[in-house]
Amino acid sequence: MKKPPVKPVFSSLEALFDEIDPSGNNSLSTAVKTDRRTFLKISGAAGAGFVLAFSLGGKVEAASSKRRAELNAYIRISPEGSIFIHSKNPEIGQGIKTAMPMIIAEELDADWNDVKVEQSPINENIFGRQNAGGSRSIASNWDTMREAGATARGMLVQAAADRWRVPAKECTTEKSFVFHKKTHRKIPYGDLANEAARLPVPLDGTLKLKDRRDYKLLGRRISGVDNYALVTGQPLFGIDQALPGMLYAVYEKCPAVGGIVASANLDAIRRLPGVKHAFVLPGNGNEQELLPGVAIVATSTWAAFQAKKQLNVSWDESGASKDSWGELEKRAQALGNQPGKETLYEVGDVDAAIQSSAQSIDSFYSFRFVAHASLEPQNCTAWYRNGEIQLWAPTQSPGRGLASVANTLGIEEDKVTIHQTRAGGGFGRRLVNDPLCEVAAISRHIKAPVKLQWTREDDMTHDFYRAGGFHSFKGGIDSAGKLAFWQHHLITFSHDGEKPVIAGAPRQPAHEFPAQLIGDFRLTQSMLPLKTRCGLWRAPGSNTYAWALQCFLHELAVAAGRDHLEFLLELMGEPTWLPPKNLYGLNTGRAADVIKLAAEKAGWGKKLAAGRGLGLAFHFSHAGHFAEVAEISVSESKKVTVHKVTVAADIGPVINLSGAENQCEGSVIDGLSTMLGLEITMENGRIQQSNFDTYPLLRIRNAPTVNVHFIQSDNPPTGAGEPALPPLAPAVCNAVYAASGHRVRTLPLTKEGFFT
Amino acid sequence: MPDFHLTLNGKSRIIKVDDGSTPLLWVLRDTLGLVGTKYGCGIAQCGACTVHLNGAPIRSCLLPVSAVDGEEVLTIEGLANKDGTLHALQQAWIDFDVAQCGYCQAGQIMSAAALLEQNPNPNDMEIEGAMAGNYCRCGTYNRIKAAIHAAAVMISQRGSGK
Repeated sequence: MKKPPVKPVFSSLEALFDEIDPSGNNSLSTAVKTDRRTFLKISGAAGAGFVLAFSLGGKVEAASSKRRAELNAYIRISPEGSIFIHSKNPEIGQGIKTAMPMIIAEELDADWNDVKVEQSPINENIFGRQNAGGSRSIASNWDTMREAGATARGMLVQAAADRWRVPAKECTTEKSFVFHKKTHRKIPYGDLANEAARLPVPLDGTLKLKDRRDYKLLGRRISGVDNYALVTGQPLFGIDQALPGMLYAVYEKCPAVGGIVASANLDAIRRLPGVKHAFVLPGNGNEQELLPGVAIVATSTWAAFQAKKQLNVSWDESGASKDSWGELEKRAQALGNQPGKETLYEVGDVDAAIQSSAQSIDSFYSFRFVAHASLEPQNCTAWYRNGEIQLWAPTQSPGRGLASVANTLGIEEDKVTIHQTRAGGGFGRRLVNDPLCEVAAISRHIKAPVKLQWTREDDMTHDFYRAGGFHSFKGGIDSAGKLAFWQHHLITFSHDGEKPVIAGAPRQPAHEFPAQLIGDFRLTQSMLPLKTRCGLWRAPGSNTYAWALQCFLHELAVAAGRDHLEFLLELMGEPTWLPPKNLYGLNTGRAADVIKLAAEKAGWGKKLAAGRGLGLAFHFSHAGHFAEVAEISVSESKKVTVHKVTVAADIGPVINLSGAENQCEGSVIDGLSTMLGLEITMENGRIQQSNFDTYPLLRIRNAPTVNVHFIQSDNPPTGAGEPALPPLAPAVCNAVYAASGHRVRTLPLTKEGFFT
Repeated sequence: MPDFHLTLNGKSRIIKVDDGSTPLLWVLRDTLGLVGTKYGCGIAQCGACTVHLNGAPIRSCLLPVSAVDGEEVLTIEGLANKDGTLHALQQAWIDFDVAQCGYCQAGQIMSAAALLEQNPNPNDMEIEGAMAGNYCRCGTYNRIKAAIHAAAVMISQRGSGK
C-alpha cells in the first residue's frame, strides 16, 4: 500500500471544533459581522433565465483559510417562473435546507411555492465551509443571504420598470410578481428573468433590506422541503443509495480501540454463501480515518451480516485500550478530594473568601460517557475507478471527508468526489468520516462499487463518545445570602497526558459560568489517562457543564435560603454584554429576560401537590440564551414523571418558526432521554453497550409536553440546533430536588435509583 | 433459489432470494429496491423497519421472508391512496412538519396507519401504546401525536378509510 501523505490538520477533530465553535477562539470571535460583498451576475446562455451568484461562508472563511471567498451560491429564476436556490450545507435534521432559502426568498419577495431547493455538490474550493456543526449556518450567512435576495429583487424590479417605462421606485413586489399599482399592471418574475439577466448588478449601498416587522415568510411555520419525499419513502439517505453491480460490505474492528488484526478465519468466511471477498486492511494509523480490521464483501447486506457473525479474529491488543469505567470512577473520586493539578483560570482571592464566607458547601458531580446513536447507522457507498473515487455519504463534514479519503487512499483531493446525501441524524457523530475512509479502502481493494453498512452494534461500540467526567465544587454564601465564591475542580480525561479530550474541558475558562459574574472564582483541572475515542456531541461541553454548574448553583441558593429564580437573577446583575462582547458572549440582559419569561410561563412559585416540583436552569451556548423550567413528579418508589418543560429562548429573530420549535422540542427530549437512562461504560477497553436493549432511548410515552417561547430580539439570528439541550438536565434535577428533597449528583438518573 | 410469493403494496410478486431466512427488511431494501423501510437496530427495538403484514404492524428486521410467503405486505411506498393522493397520515406529517432527520418517520407512519385502521379516533394513551415500538432519536414525539390526531380528523371528514 502506498504510504499516505500525512495531513494532520484535516484529520483532527480539534481543528474542526475550532472552526465550528468560535467561542473557543478569540481571533474568530468577531466573525459574524460580514462585510458587504460584491455580487456578480452570471447571465449564462441566452434565454436561460436569471442567475445571481454570490458568496456564502462569512468572514470566518476568509480569515481562517487560504481559500478565497468564491461565488459559491446562486439564485436562478427560470423563464417558466421556478426559483432555484442553492443549499450548500449538509441536512442532518436541523432544517437548514429549508431555513436558508427562506431568508433569500423573504428579501426576494418570492412565492415560497415557486422555490425549489437544490443541494450543492461537495467542493470546498468552490463552496467554502460545508459542515453541519456548531449551530452556525444561520448566523454566519444571514447578511449575505438577505442581500442576495434583495439584489435579485432589485434587478427584477428594474427590468419591469424598464419595460413599463416607469420609475423603479413606483414598483412593488409580492409573491413572485412585480406590480405597478398606479397602472394596475403586474408581471411574474419568470417573465422578467431574461431581461433582468442583462442588467448590471446594483452598486453596494443601494439595497434596502426589509425591516423585520415587514417579514411575510420569516418567522412563519414552513414545512421542510424534503417532507414529501420523506413521507413517501423515497431514497434520500446514505443507506438508500444503490449503484449498478454494487456489492455489500461490513468491516470488523477490534472491540478495544487500538487492537490490530493478528489472524482471522478468512478462508472459512470466503466459503460462506454470498461472500465474494474477505480481507484484512491494516489501517492508516489515524483512528479518525481507518482502523485495522477485516472487510467482508458479499452479494447482499444480509449475507455480509451473516458472514460477520462467523468471523473469528485474533486481535493483537498489546497497544489497545484497557479502559475500565469502574477504575476511572474510583480514581476520579479520590482526586475530587484534592486540589486540581493545574489552574485554568483564577480571579480574586478564593482562599481568603473560603475563610471569610458565612457558609460553604462541597459537592461532587459525576456523569458518564454517552453515544450518538443516530438512527441511521454509519454507512457509505463508494466506487473507486481509474485512480478516482466517488462516494455517496451521509456526513456532517463532507469537506473534511474529501481530505480524509484522499489521505487514506494516498491520492489527491481532486480525485475524490463526495455526493452529499441526507443524514439520518448527526448529533456530531458524522463530523468524523471514518466510514467514508473504510469504504474507500474496500472499494479500491475489490475494484467495484460497494456499500459499507455498519451494524447497530458496530455503530454503538465504535463511536466517538461524549466523554464522561467529574466536577468537584466548593461554593460559598456571604452573610447577606449572596454567592461569595466559587471553586471548581474539573476532572476529565486525556489521550496524551497533555491536553484534555475533545470537549472535555472549557475552551475559554475565563468565560466559563460563573467566572464573569463573581469576584472570587477558581477553575482547576486534573486529567485521567484514556484511550476510548471521544468526539463532539450535540452542544459539546455545554451539554454536561450546564448540568453540574446549574445544579450546584441551585444547591447554593437552597443553602442560602433563597428562591432560585431570584438568586439567579441577582447573579446576572445589570444588563451587559460580557467578554468577548459579541454574539458569542453572555449578555446578562438577554439572560435575565429568558429566565424571567421561562419562570412566568411555567408558573414559577405556583402551589404544587406533594411530590411535584418545578426546576429552573439557564445556560448560554452557541450564541443562544436559553432558560428552561421542568415540572415533574417523583413517587415514593422514585418513579420520575416529567410533565412539562417550558423553554424560553433568545436566538434573535426566528427564521422558520416550525423548524426552531422542532429543534427546541427535540433538544429537550434528546436531553431528557440522555440524562434519564443512557450511559456508555467500558471494561478492558470494550464498550459494554451494543444496541438499544442496553442503550434504551426515551419512548413516546415518556415525552413531556414542551412549550417553547421565543424572545425575538433585534440581535442577528443564531442557530437553534444545540443550545436548547444544555439547560434541560439541570432543570430536571433541580425539579427532582424540589419534588423530593433528593439532590441528584450522578447522571444518568438511574444511577441514583430513579426510573421512569 | 427458492421463490416466494407475496402481495406487495397491492401487487402480486414472485421474489427470488438465495436464503429464505433473510429478513423481509433486506429483501425489500436490497432485492426489491424499496428503501423507504429502514434499518435501525436489527433487534426489533427501534421500529424503523415497521411494515404491515396482513394489516398488522410488524418489525421486518427480524421476520424471515419465508414466513411471509403467500401473505400481504404493505410498505410506506404503497401507503398513498389508489388515486395518488397521500394517505391522511402522510399529509398530516407534512402539515405538522413532523420530521427532523426523518429517518424513523416511515416506520412511525406505518405504525400509526395500522392504529387508525383499528381505532379511527385514538386518545393520547392509545397513541402512546400503538407507537411504543417506534424510536424517534430527534425527539419529534409530540408532533407525531398531534399529526395522528389531525389525520384521524381528516379521515373522518373524508368519510372514507383514508
